[in-house]
Amino acid sequence: MQITVNGTEHEVDVEADMPLLWVLRDELGIHGPKYGCGIAQCGACTVHVDGLAVRSCQMTAEEVAGAEITTIEGLGTPDDPHPVQAAWIEEQVAQCGYCQSGQIMQAASLLSLNPEPSDEEIDAAMSGVLCRCATYPRIRTAIRRAIQSEGA
Amino acid sequence: MSIGKIARRTFLVGSAAIAGGVAFGAWAVRRDLGNPLQAGLADGETTLNPYVLIDGDGVTLITPRADVGQGATSIQTYLLAEELDVDPMTVRTSPGPASGVYFNSVVAAEGMPLAAWDEGRVARTGRGAAGALGKLVGLHLTGGSTTVPDMYDRLRAAGASARETLKAAAAARLSVDVADLRTGNRAVIAPDGTALRYEDLAVAAAALEPVTEVPLRDPAAWRWLGRDMRRTDIVAKSTGTYRYGTDVTVPDMVRATTLTRHGGLADYDASAAEDMRGIEAVIPITGGLAILADNDWRAMKAAREIKATWAAPDHPADSAAMWATHATALDGDRDSRFTDEGDVEAATGTPFEAEYRVPFLHHAPLEPANATVLYTPEATEVWTATQGPTFLARTVAGITGQDTEQVTIHALSAGGSFGHRLEDLWVRQAAEIAMQVPGRPVRLTFSREQDMANGYLRPMALARGRGTHKDGQVQSLDLAIAAHSVSESQLTRVGFPPIGPDVAIVAAAWDAPYTIPDRRVTGHRVPAGVGVSSWRSVGASHNGFFYESLLDELIHAAGADPVAERLRLLHHAPSRNVLETVAEMANWSGPKPSESVGRGVAFSFSFGVPVAEIVEVRDTENGLVLENLWIAAELGRVLDPINAEAQLSGGALFGIGHAIHSEITFADHQPEQSNFHDFESLRLWQTPNVTVRALGTTGEIRGAGEPGLPPAAPALGNAIFAATGKRLREMPFAKAIRFA
Repeated sequence: MQITVNGTEHEVDVEADMPLLWVLRDELGIHGPKYGCGIAQCGACTVHVDGLAVRSCQMTAEEVAGAEITTIEGLGTPDDPHPVQAAWIEEQVAQCGYCQSGQIMQAASLLSLNPEPSDEEIDAAMSGVLCRCATYPRIRTAIRRAIQSEGA
Repeated sequence: MSIGKIARRTFLVGSAAIAGGVAFGAWAVRRDLGNPLQAGLADGETTLNPYVLIDGDGVTLITPRADVGQGATSIQTYLLAEELDVDPMTVRTSPGPASGVYFNSVVAAEGMPLAAWDEGRVARTGRGAAGALGKLVGLHLTGGSTTVPDMYDRLRAAGASARETLKAAAAARLSVDVADLRTGNRAVIAPDGTALRYEDLAVAAAALEPVTEVPLRDPAAWRWLGRDMRRTDIVAKSTGTYRYGTDVTVPDMVRATTLTRHGGLADYDASAAEDMRGIEAVIPITGGLAILADNDWRAMKAAREIKATWAAPDHPADSAAMWATHATALDGDRDSRFTDEGDVEAATGTPFEAEYRVPFLHHAPLEPANATVLYTPEATEVWTATQGPTFLARTVAGITGQDTEQVTIHALSAGGSFGHRLEDLWVRQAAEIAMQVPGRPVRLTFSREQDMANGYLRPMALARGRGTHKDGQVQSLDLAIAAHSVSESQLTRVGFPPIGPDVAIVAAAWDAPYTIPDRRVTGHRVPAGVGVSSWRSVGASHNGFFYESLLDELIHAAGADPVAERLRLLHHAPSRNVLETVAEMANWSGPKPSESVGRGVAFSFSFGVPVAEIVEVRDTENGLVLENLWIAAELGRVLDPINAEAQLSGGALFGIGHAIHSEITFADHQPEQSNFHDFESLRLWQTPNVTVRALGTTGEIRGAGEPGLPPAAPALGNAIFAATGKRLREMPFAKAIRFA
């Protein structure tokens, strides 16, 4: 089947029920999305499907065939980071960093849908992405910084 | 032909290939001095000391302490760069070798795939260096918040020595006085402004005796250290380009997962799994089975289709039986009594007594355990995140039947650890699997369920606290703690059973810097059962809670203020200072500033760092809300303010999250929790506002990764008591009280 990731079409020969996470990681070698739990509890695998943040461990290959998938690699690059990534860099959010692809994809989705979220809306949107290092205070600060930079 | 001769010849081949278009000639192998990185250096390469490698491509800094998220690579880079005058953000770094003079050369000669993942050429030339580096850096172990204290002088001295030797080489080339030269941005700069790049001076510098007697720069002149600096990994970790062990990809790699449980495999039927798409084989390994596949998901899916029954391990079957073992230990012989002041048995005043419990906990770093191993009869190569590479090389060699020198450990950075990467179960399993497929790299990735089922846990611990108060003051404190011994468990597993009492059982309790007239702390060792491990802050993780909860109860019973009475009792000036500081930060006015608000304070001294914390909670209709967390810590000298704040905040929130949510319990001999739905953690919505003040007044050099944790849980428990009148003496708190 065909899937489109970061603007590139790929033909993949996988089971219909293979989760998107593993299509990305093991079939296409796109390693930004991470495996942390496999049951939608950690959010480290978060990507955008047609612009919406989803847990890629819960979407099957069949379900995303034909959709536009964006991973952290497609959001921005080290030389040209997305405003959310730039805010993450400026606030030095990451410790181990393993969850941060998911955090950033979730935050970017939130801000694209709701450019000026309240603290409660940030809490609600971000609480599905687990950070075992507990970088949460800086995640909040970085989101506020991204909001300001977007608004500027 | 000896292995050494094979290795030396083939190492030339390998390195020439790795060098790509860079012009390298014949090897000039320097074998004098005690410098491991000089073993097998090419012409055009030199190393000035074990932490700096310079060649035609530039400078590479060797940062041997493992980065598990705490920023170890970054601070090691800055310590070197501060003296060497290179740009920390662009200079290459490598964790350097753990051992194995020969190994990679053998692989190259055999035409084996070298990991594209491990691009750094230094990682390969570095492989030529012997385990001598491990000797030079002691045990080559990361842990105990020791990276900064251990590396502070050593890395700056290394950078300074390299700089001065390069200047000497430049002085000779330019026929100028070395005193007229300066350095900056990876170059020696002549009086006329001519810049000689370090890489162009490397060969000449190699011919000189290194300049070793170099005064270190005055901290007042520091360019980076002590100021807000950027983590060297921050861009990669913000753009999905940082690579972890789970991302290791090498040609012809087979993926694997394993299925093991306490007690080991009794019986199984893997026929359904073997027939699934992508499954290469299901093979027995120690304790269970390995599933080899072409895709991680296929391997994990097949593992779920295996019908396995497990033998009974020799630890108690369930948590109730385990608590009974702890209670017996608490009444039995003591392991230690390092503190026995006054006479607690004869203490005067009104008595108080209570019992406290903390559960087993899993480290549960978000990156699941993984290791990639390539075995050949000649040598074994391991890619994994590890805090103890030299131990690991020894362990792997024991499995493969090789000499330690035939095992190369590529120490990767980790997606979290909290102590997990001191353990090596997955590496041992990957080595066993790799021996079944010689010449093929095997990447073993644990499913979360496999990781949770096989954890080496933070010990569960039981404490009995007693004390007296009189005239509004704490008069006596007697704390007895029963826990498994982490050092016994860990060291026995690596073949060095320890002797003597285990200080960790009473850490941060026996040495709490309080003056209490009658005071005693007793440790009781619970017989080995479930394997236990160093979990962030180790013994202090439970003893901070025990000691500061008991003390808080005594202070409350005495009718004293929790801050004022602790200040009266603390005899250590920096400890008093952090408590005064945190009280000032929180504008402390007592434990109950308003009707629905409760505040708790706690203090702990662990890893040489006194830390005081205040937690503020609000009791609402929906349950308790965590509103504020204030932290004051004395780090001696704050080298990296931004990361110090992150580590102290992260440590405290880690403590709070586990205090509220987390436990590992046992039924039918196995852990009952299997993933993050039942081993819950702190999430963003519950996170309080955090304010940190990292003090640097004593000039000592201390680490920040662990000491923020011990006071967090008791500060929360004490705040909950202030807000609700309910005293929580057992974790996780969410079992006893509702959080919003």
